[in-house]
Amino acid sequence: MSKRWAEVNGEAGPRADAHAPARPSKARTTMAFIFVAALYVWSGIGTETRPVSLLLGIPDMANLFSRMWPPNMAYLRTMVVPLMETMQMAVLGTALGAALAVPVVLVSSRNISRYRKAYYTARAVLNLVRTLPDILLASVFAAALGFGALPGVMALAVFSFGIIAKLTSETVEAIDPGPLEALSATGSPRINVVYYGVVPQVLPQFVAYCLYVFEINVRAATVLGLVGAGGIGMWLQRDMNLMMYRNASAIILLIFAFVLVMDFISNWLRGRLV
Amino acid sequence: MIELIEISKTFPNGVQALKNVSLTIGDGEFVVIVGLSGAGKSTLLRCINRLVEPTSGKVVIDGVDVTAAGPEELRRIRTRIGMIFQDFNLVKRSLVITNVLAGRLGHTSPFRGLAGLFSREDIDVALSCLDKVDIRDKAYVRADQLSGGQQQRVGIARALAQMPSLILADEPVASLDPPTSHVVMRDLKRINEEDHITTIVNLHFIDLARQYGSRIVGLRAGELVYDGPAQDATEGTFESIYGRRIHEGDLRDVEEVGRSERGSRSSR
Repeated sequence: MSKRWAEVNGEAGPRADAHAPARPSKARTTMAFIFVAALYVWSGIGTETRPVSLLLGIPDMANLFSRMWPPNMAYLRTMVVPLMETMQMAVLGTALGAALAVPVVLVSSRNISRYRKAYYTARAVLNLVRTLPDILLASVFAAALGFGALPGVMALAVFSFGIIAKLTSETVEAIDPGPLEALSATGSPRINVVYYGVVPQVLPQFVAYCLYVFEINVRAATVLGLVGAGGIGMWLQRDMNLMMYRNASAIILLIFAFVLVMDFISNWLRGRLV
Repeated sequence: MIELIEISKTFPNGVQALKNVSLTIGDGEFVVIVGLSGAGKSTLLRCINRLVEPTSGKVVIDGVDVTAAGPEELRRIRTRIGMIFQDFNLVKRSLVITNVLAGRLGHTSPFRGLAGLFSREDIDVALSCLDKVDIRDKAYVRADQLSGGQQQRVGIARALAQMPSLILADEPVASLDPPTSHVVMRDLKRINEEDHITTIVNLHFIDLARQYGSRIVGLRAGELVYDGPAQDATEGTFESIYGRRIHEGDLRDVEEVGRSERGSRSSR
């Protein structure tokens, strides 16, 4: 392709010098040590993380735990619907993210993308999207769309899109180019070269990435409620605020069991893929 | 008729792979291009269907200037040119029949292709192409379940499914063991004779070139250095093409020692 492209992909220029590397002096190690230690002290002061306050907090913690015990298991019957909503958020968020990722992968994979500008733009967007934490996305969507499960779904969709598109692009870039060459040589339309040459090569990994992101989303969906984005987290938030700690502890146990089961199912499915 | 007119190719890294190669090939010919690896055989073959863009020169097939064709016209030209590769280039996770049907994609609308809606005729074509290379019974097996020789025959069937007027074969037997090499070469020869498909094969084995080719073209360092009937090519001819003495590695069939050694090396 063009020269700039070759340069971008090529090796770095010649090495600056051929001197034997100098042995780092002791002084530099000591300086680094002091710097890191200072960093810890500074962070500790800023966050008021003092060993003493931690020790003084123990009775309060014990008090809280005692008020959480025993968990109100009868309460879980009313939590079935919120829990299902949490799962539905994870399912929809993952599916929307994956659907959004597919066309973008065609642009953000170096070996498939035909327009360099689009490639760099897509890459930049993906990098940007992945810097946004899901909880931040959820609070923005909650502010825009109102409280409920919809902002949660949207937050998870954007978040899933970023991860799935990035991982899948990297997989597409690593495929065997031979079949693509052969399909191009048959005079197949471009879209079918991709469909017949790329899809079979990456499909198992793509599905594995979706399941992996689904696992992350199940966990994320349980806490998105804390910022008003639906699911069981909203109920946890409410019970904590109302100091209904036995309800809260039941919810925490339920989330724990739920995440464990979903992880197990997803892992089992992923294991069967390859 | 295929006319290559003063084809040159210089790669971006400065390597000049072809220097002013001119060649005319008549309909139905079986031409073998020989030369050492790096002599420019693959590049020359790929210039014909423009998988490699020539730096200068013209490729004309049946009066149509391939080098001047726009993307859509090039795509249409390619539908009539089958190509066979050293490493088969099958989609390994797909079924054999799907790989062969890929040869019909150029003749199918993109939407039917995406939906996998191949016509009854396309499927019949694919099956009869598999029949031609004796592996119709493997149609619904995944390509990666086949041996190397079987995979190459799927590659041939894919090319045939295009109903091509020209077949380009780039080192089709380099990844195969000697007996399988003969099966594949015989298939190519038979198809050339029965279906009158012009065939251009890159080979570096001189015994196969002499046995199956009707015309031999020699390349050395990107230049055309020999062009003549296969029966006129002697060992001396090949030595002048290769620019060195012929040794065992230039032969597919070696009667003496070293045969089993080569067999294990080439069964990849």
